[in-house]
Amino acid sequence: MPKNVTKKTLEKVRTGIDGLDEITHGGFPKGRPTLICGGPGCGKSLTGIEFLVRGATEFGEPGVLMTFEETRDDIKKNIASLGFDLDQLIRDRKIVVDYVKVDRQEIDENGEYDLEGLFIRLDYAIREIGARRVMLDTIESLFSGLSNEGILRAELRRLFGWLKEKGMSTVITAEQGEGMLTRQGLEEYVSDCVILLDHRIENQVSIRRLRVVKYRGTTHGTNEYPFLIDEEGISVLPITSIGLDHAASREKVSTGVPRLDLMLGGKGLYRGSSVLITGTAGTGKSTLSAAIANACCERGERCLYFAFEESRNQIIRNTESIGMNLERHVKKGLLHFFNARPSLHGLEMHLAIMHKRVSQLKPTMVIIDPISNFATGSAERDVHQMLIRLVDFLKMSSITSIFTNLTSTEMVRESTDMGISSIMDTWILLRDIEIWGERNRGIYVLKSRGAPHSNQIREFTISENGIDIRDVYLGPEGVLTGSARMAVEAREKAASLLRDQEMERRSAKLERKRLAMEAQIAAIRAEFEAESIEEGREMEIERDREQTLKTDRLKMGLSRWADVNANGGMHAIKGKS
Amino acid sequence: MKKNTHRTSSASADANAPYKLRLYVAGQTPRSMEAFSNLQKLCDEYLPGQYLIEVIDLMENPKLATEHQILALPTLVRRLPPPIKRVIGNLSNKDKFLVGMDLMQAS
Repeated sequence: MPKNVTKKTLEKVRTGIDGLDEITHGGFPKGRPTLICGGPGCGKSLTGIEFLVRGATEFGEPGVLMTFEETRDDIKKNIASLGFDLDQLIRDRKIVVDYVKVDRQEIDENGEYDLEGLFIRLDYAIREIGARRVMLDTIESLFSGLSNEGILRAELRRLFGWLKEKGMSTVITAEQGEGMLTRQGLEEYVSDCVILLDHRIENQVSIRRLRVVKYRGTTHGTNEYPFLIDEEGISVLPITSIGLDHAASREKVSTGVPRLDLMLGGKGLYRGSSVLITGTAGTGKSTLSAAIANACCERGERCLYFAFEESRNQIIRNTESIGMNLERHVKKGLLHFFNARPSLHGLEMHLAIMHKRVSQLKPTMVIIDPISNFATGSAERDVHQMLIRLVDFLKMSSITSIFTNLTSTEMVRESTDMGISSIMDTWILLRDIEIWGERNRGIYVLKSRGAPHSNQIREFTISENGIDIRDVYLGPEGVLTGSARMAVEAREKAASLLRDQEMERRSAKLERKRLAMEAQIAAIRAEFEAESIEEGREMEIERDREQTLKTDRLKMGLSRWADVNANGGMHAIKGKS
Repeated sequence: MKKNTHRTSSASADANAPYKLRLYVAGQTPRSMEAFSNLQKLCDEYLPGQYLIEVIDLMENPKLATEHQILALPTLVRRLPPPIKRVIGNLSNKDKFLVGMDLMQAS
């Protein structure tokens, strides 16, 4: 049976448990035992049961569950909590459950014995359904039922060897002991793979963690990974194993605010980038993120909105008042809200939940509004850790992520409490500008990796028509917004009007002058003309008078018959008459 | 212990014997042989003519191991008289056997 001895890489069987296969780089060792240990209530049994059930239902590997503590009914409930029907699995010959009753009261020991009975039972069950997986839950109970520890240890060693020989991928659960992994030191016998589960309460919040203590002959993630138990079983968060080798998209997506797209270098945000929107209270962080979500859904893409402050309905109502209809996106299944109070779970649980939701829904955009609330009740370092893991995970999946963060005072405006700005690609800062007794919103892009972006503060207005970004007044009086801007603008307008009027007045005056001048010219000309007419007439009269005089003299001469001097006058007269 | 014969009893035993004992073994291993001979010896000495021993070989009937909740081998079950008693081991300790079978008060 042990044919994998010669193989260099260890063969593994998938557990089917979310995330666990990633941490263990493929699952549990094939045909070998794996020890799952931890304190009471840490989820050991559930992990083992899920390993069996997933094996039986998803990987065609039937399993034998040998339980020493829980009765068949308990197991049935456990399996039902994963959404499987034990009776059906048994009918389908996928699972065999064998409850081994160990009660010291009922057992009297006399002389030497072995645990061959257990072997026979296991062997029978394995052969009955052709099992490939076995779970022993919790075999340590034998130590309380039987007093001869020497025999017990020898028999357990033999049992694990026998299971290996049979090629059974086995999960053994064990209670964590004082200062050691298991109370009975089972890790000595099961040296292939040891997994430690932990359930802690910190600040009244429960945190579950999983760690691969050892995994012989193979690499594995070594950190503590948070895990989650819910109606679908166990999900482990492999987030800390993520590196920085995510793809960087060149595609840009719009923010839904055209002016903001321009400020970000033209077309908006890079797909898959992480965006931080910070600002003091009431600066419009949620509104802006809602607008970005709206734009995402209008492109027909899925968006997952984690709202840690407002309820879904509240967000829908509030955005309706500024002309956005998010409800239709919800109805179409494009927009998904997830509401929770940050104080409801520990950080890692939140992370695990978010991770799970994102993995299920596969959105192209995730909005977390806000992250600041996580800081309440958690150490800053933890929040930082968690956010890095979240950002990495989202980037890995090429999901554009929008984080909003409330900054409490003006003092720390440009340093986020959690120091997360360094892991963000784009940082949009919303601030209020207080001037003339009113607050107005300003927006600017503090950084945007890989894109030329505006260095200008713009005014950010929210009205029933949605979000608008307009230029702020930049003049000798400084940066002005709101009514100050409007007042200055009005004043400037008045001044320019005045200037226009003055110009008009001047040109009118000139015109009048010109007209006056022309009138004068006309008058002079008229006078001149009048004079010249008069003059002409007098000259005519004069000429007439001269003529008349001549004629008269001639007539007089004729009448006197004067031959006075032959000046021809006579002839002329003769000739004439 | 003969093959395929699960019933073995002393000369005077019969179906009406007040002590009905069942010995579970797995094949004819030295330990199971030992247990059987120890049991027979003790019964002959302390329960002459009042006992019936039934030997169940789980190698032949593995299903019974689960059904009868057998864990360690050999296991002796006193089915009668009530209450049911269980002893595991090769019965090498006479006093323990007697106490276990209520044949002697524990000292």
